Amino acid sequence: MRQAGRNDPPGARTEAVIARFLAVNPIACAGHGLCAELFPERVTLDEWGFPIVDPEPVTVELEQHARRAIAACPAMALLLRRGPDRGRIAR
Amino acid sequence: MSATASAPAARHRAPAAALPRLLGGIHSDRALTLEEHVARYGPIGAVVARRGKGLVGLIEESGLRGRGGSNFPTVTKLRAVAGQRRRPVVVVNATEGEPVSGKDRVLLRHAPHLVLDGAVAVAAALGAREAIVAVSSDAAVERAALVHAIAARGRSTGDGRVSLRLATVPPGFVSGEESALVQSLNGGPARPTFKPPLPYERGVGGAPTLVQNAETLAHVALIARFGAQWFREAGTPAEPGSTLVTISGAVRRPGVLEVAFGTPLAALVERAGGYTEPVQAILIGGYFGTWVGADRARTLALADADLRRAGAALGAGSIVALPASACGVAETARIARYLADESAGQCGSCVHGLAAVAGAVERLARLERADERRRLAGWLGQVKGRGACRHPDGAARFVESALVVFADEVERHLRHGTCGKRAGTILPVPERRRS
Repeated sequence: MRQAGRNDPPGARTEAVIARFLAVNPIACAGHGLCAELFPERVTLDEWGFPIVDPEPVTVELEQHARRAIAACPAMALLLRRGPDRGRIAR
Repeated sequence: MSATASAPAARHRAPAAALPRLLGGIHSDRALTLEEHVARYGPIGAVVARRGKGLVGLIEESGLRGRGGSNFPTVTKLRAVAGQRRRPVVVVNATEGEPVSGKDRVLLRHAPHLVLDGAVAVAAALGAREAIVAVSSDAAVERAALVHAIAARGRSTGDGRVSLRLATVPPGFVSGEESALVQSLNGGPARPTFKPPLPYERGVGGAPTLVQNAETLAHVALIARFGAQWFREAGTPAEPGSTLVTISGAVRRPGVLEVAFGTPLAALVERAGGYTEPVQAILIGGYFGTWVGADRARTLALADADLRRAGAALGAGSIVALPASACGVAETARIARYLADESAGQCGSCVHGLAAVAGAVERLARLERADERRRLAGWLGQVKGRGACRHPDGAARFVESALVVFADEVERHLRHGTCGKRAGTILPVPERRRS
């Protein structure tokens, strides 16, 4: 957890502590499936082997698991985000 | 707030609130020339000079929302682009990849200068020097009209420091998605990109890019001239103004009509000459839209609050009437397959999910008595929100609404192996020309 920074998406709330969310770049993802092995708390696979990410925030206790999954992804398709949405313009 | 605020514009009084606004005074067989357009509305140059950056506030007052399908507040996009450091670029999205929409093409063929005026006005307000008009490469007539219109403007000096450029993108359902359009204009494939960055952050040539639908900009051209209050004289307080609607299917006079928001759907059908035969369902919002049963549709108005109660949204304004004699399941199967084929092929959940959905609906339509409704519901739930764009979400919404509205037909297919209706071709599917 860290302070809200100037690179935060405009929709992100600017409270002192901002939750992080696991996200997949679905274009980069090739369905290797390592993320589900390494981070089953937030990732399951669909019947074709592509990740379904739980929209719940990644808690501090889980952040290590998340980082391991991110580092292990052969497609470099996983990332942590500071907002649950996809960086859409704040209304 | 009216056009009489300065002397040169005085002779171009705001037209009455009566419609049509965008399609007023047009010719049936050709575009309004620049001279005819200026004689009718006055030159945009004077308006741009008068409004300056104030156009953004005017658009906010007007309550204008995007007419490309998102219904997103136009001012929010304008401010997002204006808030960036670099000089922005304006892109007119006239790609209109939706097969049951024709409204942007009608505007380009008949009133191209309204669209170009809007592009020039927002570009000037944002300090952009270039406005790119993007059309599909298969829209030959529209492209010719634009070439002609842009050349005519080039001979005048009305557009000040803003230069207009025409660009073509490959045809396709997803080519007009903002990030796909931007990637195509940057020399890449017309396929959506991962967000962020969004086009307003990094778009054409890396510059902050405002992508606006052609019709939205045509409204801007009139708001800039006649003001926000004038704009609000049509429509409802929540949804001000008029909108173009493309109506097709079992109506006597299919085509593009301009209506005020809040117009009853029944009145729209009346203006399209009424139904040609009994109708069982209406598709509202095109192929990302929602089927609504004919009885329910009879009481609906073309207003977001009303449509939302029926689970629908107007989208880019496409309405299709499905006759009672046609099999809704077969129609849905054809479109489900079309949408699966139109996937950009980048995201696993879209590629596999939409193909699975299309296959299951096809088996239902082909009377194979394969009851895969539970698996189908699972796939439909699963594809949403997982793609780089909203293509799978839109396709899923379309199929989900079909399963509800055509539930009786589905039941008959499963039990009796027939519904007794013809597997017609009411909903058009373009030939595949993807490069």
